[in-house]
Amino acid sequence: MYKILKRKVLHDGILQFTLEAPFIAKKAQPGQFVVLRVNEYGERIPLTIADFNREQGTIDIIFMVIGASTTMLAKLNEGDSILDLVGPLGKKTDIRPGMGTVVCIGGGIGVAPIYPIVRGMREAGNHVIAIMGAKNKDILILKDEMEKVADEVIVTTDDGSFGIKGFVTTALQQLIDKGVDISEVVAIGPVIMMKTVADTTRPYNIKTVVSLNPIMVDGTGMCGGCRVQVGDKIKFACVDGPEFDGHLVDFTNLMERQRMYRPQEAVEKDHICRLEKQVEAMEEK
Amino acid sequence: MALVMEKHKMPEQDPKVRAHNFNEVALGYTEELAVAEANRCLHCKVPHCRKGCPVEVDIPEFIAKIKEKDFVGADKKIKESNSLPAICGRVCPQENQCEKYCVMGIKGEPVGIGRLERFVADYCMKNDTEVIEKTVKEDMPKVAIVGSGPAGLACAGDLAKMGYQVTIFEALHTAGGVLSYGIPEFRLPKDGVVKPEIENLRKMGVKIEVDAVIGKLFTIDDLMQEYNFSAVFVATGAGLPHFMNIPGENLNGVYSSNEFLTRCNLMKAYRFPEYATPIKVGKVVAVVGGGNVAMDSARTALRLGAEHVYIVYRRSEAELPARREEVEHAKEEGIDFRLLNNPVEILGDENGYVTGIRCIKMELGEPDSSGRRRPVPIEGSEFDLAVDTVVIAIGQGPNPLVQSTTPDMEVNKRGNIVADEETCKTSKEGVFAGGDIVTGAATVILAMGAGKKAAKAIDEYLKEKFSK
Repeated sequence: MYKILKRKVLHDGILQFTLEAPFIAKKAQPGQFVVLRVNEYGERIPLTIADFNREQGTIDIIFMVIGASTTMLAKLNEGDSILDLVGPLGKKTDIRPGMGTVVCIGGGIGVAPIYPIVRGMREAGNHVIAIMGAKNKDILILKDEMEKVADEVIVTTDDGSFGIKGFVTTALQQLIDKGVDISEVVAIGPVIMMKTVADTTRPYNIKTVVSLNPIMVDGTGMCGGCRVQVGDKIKFACVDGPEFDGHLVDFTNLMERQRMYRPQEAVEKDHICRLEKQVEAMEEK
Repeated sequence: MALVMEKHKMPEQDPKVRAHNFNEVALGYTEELAVAEANRCLHCKVPHCRKGCPVEVDIPEFIAKIKEKDFVGADKKIKESNSLPAICGRVCPQENQCEKYCVMGIKGEPVGIGRLERFVADYCMKNDTEVIEKTVKEDMPKVAIVGSGPAGLACAGDLAKMGYQVTIFEALHTAGGVLSYGIPEFRLPKDGVVKPEIENLRKMGVKIEVDAVIGKLFTIDDLMQEYNFSAVFVATGAGLPHFMNIPGENLNGVYSSNEFLTRCNLMKAYRFPEYATPIKVGKVVAVVGGGNVAMDSARTALRLGAEHVYIVYRRSEAELPARREEVEHAKEEGIDFRLLNNPVEILGDENGYVTGIRCIKMELGEPDSSGRRRPVPIEGSEFDLAVDTVVIAIGQGPNPLVQSTTPDMEVNKRGNIVADEETCKTSKEGVFAGGDIVTGAATVILAMGAGKKAAKAIDEYLKEKFSK
């Protein structure tokens, strides 16, 4: 059992949990994720490690309430526990000193996983420009935290309610047009965002790393449910990734595979009341 | 008294009924049937059956106790050498092991040793006759076991009996390895059989740490240096699914057998939405492969509501690697065997969902290195089967997580750990390995046999180490 030490509502439907997980905190590296299961009826869902504190033995996860499992997770309070937490999983981000100027892009909830990467890149002595994208200013997360760890922070909103009006690629294109010498781009967010980032950098041959989020079950390489097409190879995102060369990823196939369980997910939403009962039963224990 | 030449039949669920539920197919002997079957044993002076058992159960002795209706005594006898009899009695390929050597098998059918072992274990579990004592001692050295499948469990059981402080590290949230995620409920009940047998190990004092991925959370070196484990047994199995590398394998509706069975068995997707993990099974399913995993996948698909299930296998019936009994069960339930067919492409629609599988007909050529006749494609014989789900069950390789983080442990070119067959010793001091991670995918009982050998070797190693 993994205790929730802190529960913070970042925005309506976006939550941050600080979890007691000393062994995972000890080993966690930027770019890695955990797989968790809320209770014995739960499914295993992957979430990126948004932050870790080795001294306090904690890791943070940030999630948006989008389906049954995240609904169930969101119902838990400080002091409650998550049944299973597995990690740290996946390969760590390739962070080295002397990389030069790195642009880290987080779209929507993707700002959470990009945060430890920004921090790590900066700690290694690189110049980090963080681009944060959101639909509007109300759902912008981690802005203050990001400003503490990045050299420059650029915010974009789809509706122009804050920062640059447009998408993250608008800001990225502006940097390129200004002649900023970008050695590498790391992008995390919705698949369509990562695809457009890769499309933006491709003509300039700027190395672009994306963190993929396919459906996962075990997260340890035993099932291949998370397989993605990268160049001419099939890769398992959970062990070979989750980060890959954005110029080689077959994003269309990834988006199709993410839709695989849409009908079942709809059934699940109808059963949220049952989930609530399960959570109640769990709390009584 | 005239010899009964045939095994007493074990009652089974009707094929038409069982094809639509996940309850166990074989119902097990009654007391009367068990005693009658035990009476077929001739008690040979030199019991050949024992040499066929990889964990060397004293077969004639436990059968003698069944004859006397001393079922509890029989159970104790078995447990001297096998901590998991309810599991072994169900999933061992006895026809290639103990029963292969039974004298009764020369002119008739061998004694149903597996069925008797199962009966005894079930009887004692049901009547709660077992008193499991804590054998682990606080002043004994610590041994880490990586993986809680059959090899790890067998090794843990034996080491705990010797008093060692055993901790099993399991990557998934439930112990058991293939017993929990792979073999379906209708062959091996989880709550009724697997859980209680593993619970017995806990009662002996074995610690089981789930959610612990060795290679990520801890390395082998962490365990030995930081957490004071004096020896480590690596039993991580063959859990890396092979794909065919044919076009269309990334379409929606294509599963590895590992994913398909894990969703169903471990995550209980067959009880969706009570359990949150979904599974998608269409009306027509093709399972590619001919081993036990293929049979399990096909029969699972049927129970999940598929109307028609094909087994697509590139060789002929004689070469099917699955147990005969499983093939028969699959046929009785209506699985459609398409033999001497090999998939060349999986076909899909514009939304990325499977619509069919393109196969080529095969004929058998000369025997290959495995001794089986090699399948050769017949040019121009391609044809399409309309299916909406494909399960790839063509085998598994070793998961590289432990090996890749233990650089001083020798690995062969297939990625299997190199270990001595008898002592399970690896090239790394104090580290032993056995089961599928060494041999490649094999059987539950062979893995258990390796676990027992490792326990013996670890005991010898530690005795020598601490006598210095």
